[in-house]
Amino acid sequence: MADLNTLTIHGAREKLRAGEITSVELTQACLSAIEGAGALNAYVHNTPEQALAQAEAADTRLKAGGAPALAGIPLGIKDLFCTKGVNSQAGSAILDGFKPGYESTVTQNLWDAGAVMLGKLNMDEFAMGSSNETSTYGNVVSPWRRGNDDAALTPGGSSGGSAAAVAADLCLGATGTDTGGSIRQPAAFTGITGIKPTYGRCSRWGIIAFASSLDQAGPMTKDVRDAAIMLSAMCGPDAKDSTCSDLPVPDFEAALTGDIRGKKIGIPREYRLDGMPDEIETLWQQGTEMLRDAGAELVDISLPHTKYALPAYYVIAPAEASSNLARYDGVRYGHRATLDAGDGINEMYEKTRAEGFGDEVQRRVMVGTYVLSAGFYDAYYNRARRVRALIKRDFEQVFAQGIEAILTPATPSAAFGLGEMADADPVKMYLNDVFTVTVNLAGLPGISVPAGLDAQGLPLGLQLIGRPWEEGDLLNVAYALEDRAGFVAKPGKWW
Amino acid sequence: MSIDIETARKVAHLARIRVEEERLPALAQEFSAILGFIEELNEVDVEGVEPMVSVTPMRLKRREDVVTDGRQQKAVLANAPDAREGFFAVPKVVE
Repeated sequence: MADLNTLTIHGAREKLRAGEITSVELTQACLSAIEGAGALNAYVHNTPEQALAQAEAADTRLKAGGAPALAGIPLGIKDLFCTKGVNSQAGSAILDGFKPGYESTVTQNLWDAGAVMLGKLNMDEFAMGSSNETSTYGNVVSPWRRGNDDAALTPGGSSGGSAAAVAADLCLGATGTDTGGSIRQPAAFTGITGIKPTYGRCSRWGIIAFASSLDQAGPMTKDVRDAAIMLSAMCGPDAKDSTCSDLPVPDFEAALTGDIRGKKIGIPREYRLDGMPDEIETLWQQGTEMLRDAGAELVDISLPHTKYALPAYYVIAPAEASSNLARYDGVRYGHRATLDAGDGINEMYEKTRAEGFGDEVQRRVMVGTYVLSAGFYDAYYNRARRVRALIKRDFEQVFAQGIEAILTPATPSAAFGLGEMADADPVKMYLNDVFTVTVNLAGLPGISVPAGLDAQGLPLGLQLIGRPWEEGDLLNVAYALEDRAGFVAKPGKWW
Repeated sequence: MSIDIETARKVAHLARIRVEEERLPALAQEFSAILGFIEELNEVDVEGVEPMVSVTPMRLKRREDVVTDGRQQKAVLANAPDAREGFFAVPKVVE
């Protein structure tokens, strides 16, 4: 059977359960698609032997009946997740050759649910970037192109390998992580669905840390139903992460009724930016109409501290990163610089970190060091944490008024070309996260749904923001939006 | 706020990242741009607002104060760039 790799998770689930296909066939289809897609540079460590062994085990369980939710479903895993015995390097040279002796909780949950690991996916170094141009493995190339123009485009970042792999059918779904938009922005750029759940829904144990109060894992999939299925399998209580919630995980797929009649959806006026492309504005308007058409009540709302989210993020995230990344010292794992005679421990640290970290990571670690240093802690770090409290309060106030979800654009533009931002000031790249970063600061769930194409044929996404712990409800609104948007475009295969 | 070369050098050292002398002026400029952007936060009235500590109002989990893991010396050292006789090896620390 041809093109099994193009199936959705729920489509494959039916065929696997009906005995029409086997997981081994499905996995082989993905493995050969990966083999033919080297030009995208999405996969950086392939695990075909492990994949086929897991697929065979899944086939046995499927035959026996009572197989778990993801039995036999082949997935790609972002390089940020520690996978036992398989390189896990966060896209960084400083973790060169690192093979963890343990498995992250999220990936273990996926394997326990019967999923198959195809390999590890490329990403921005330590998840710091919005274009997948900071990886030690080189850029990921988006499967999408502007019409017939063969200029290479970014798949977005930091989960760029995951986004490209899902969009190009190199897996049925992939894991991503999102600290400021790293699931939702690449999902929007590549015409796929990506959800960041409520902070604390997924265990962070075994996921290489960037900014611990913001990091959350989530699924990147071909549609909303797949996101619901995969998210249910990924999350759940974990004694190994003290910030992971003990709340029971509902069956998110069961929440997908498509009925959103009478639901109050907020449209925040502060998300209308000066200089925003007309296409984004139009798409947002169309999204509003789609939800109204589905019976929702649209309400204009205000989130007054929105414009301070990015500057607050660029204090808090680098501060936490500078602490988290202090562990890369050339002693316990990864790269150690070659030392000169007479070099002491400080030279070892400084040379190792200069060689091992790329420019963007160095920049953020140093900004974080500065804002946490004596004399500046109050002026920068504490002030940013206060502003963060105000940003969260903005959301709490609109939810208290009965708003059940908020509709915004996912990104301020469609995907840009690789290299196009090379000479831009770092702050310009940071603006990519302008619509997504508020959600991380407030710890809320957010989902990006593909909703249209721009004039050059590139995908554009809309974001829905939900109430804490109400991912089921949020996914249901996304499901209604997906249904009305009817997005079916796929990138033409050039690779 | 503008960052001078001396501050850039100090921050690089605090972060234990070697930055070559000729890179310092550009680095200072990048810091200044980022900090200029961050300074928008000074417009916000934060009087009486507590700095956020935890994004979800929850008490950190407690557990029994007992050993739950350990005796994995080999696994712990497996990824070390230089491990000898059951220890991590580093350059001489004390003169």
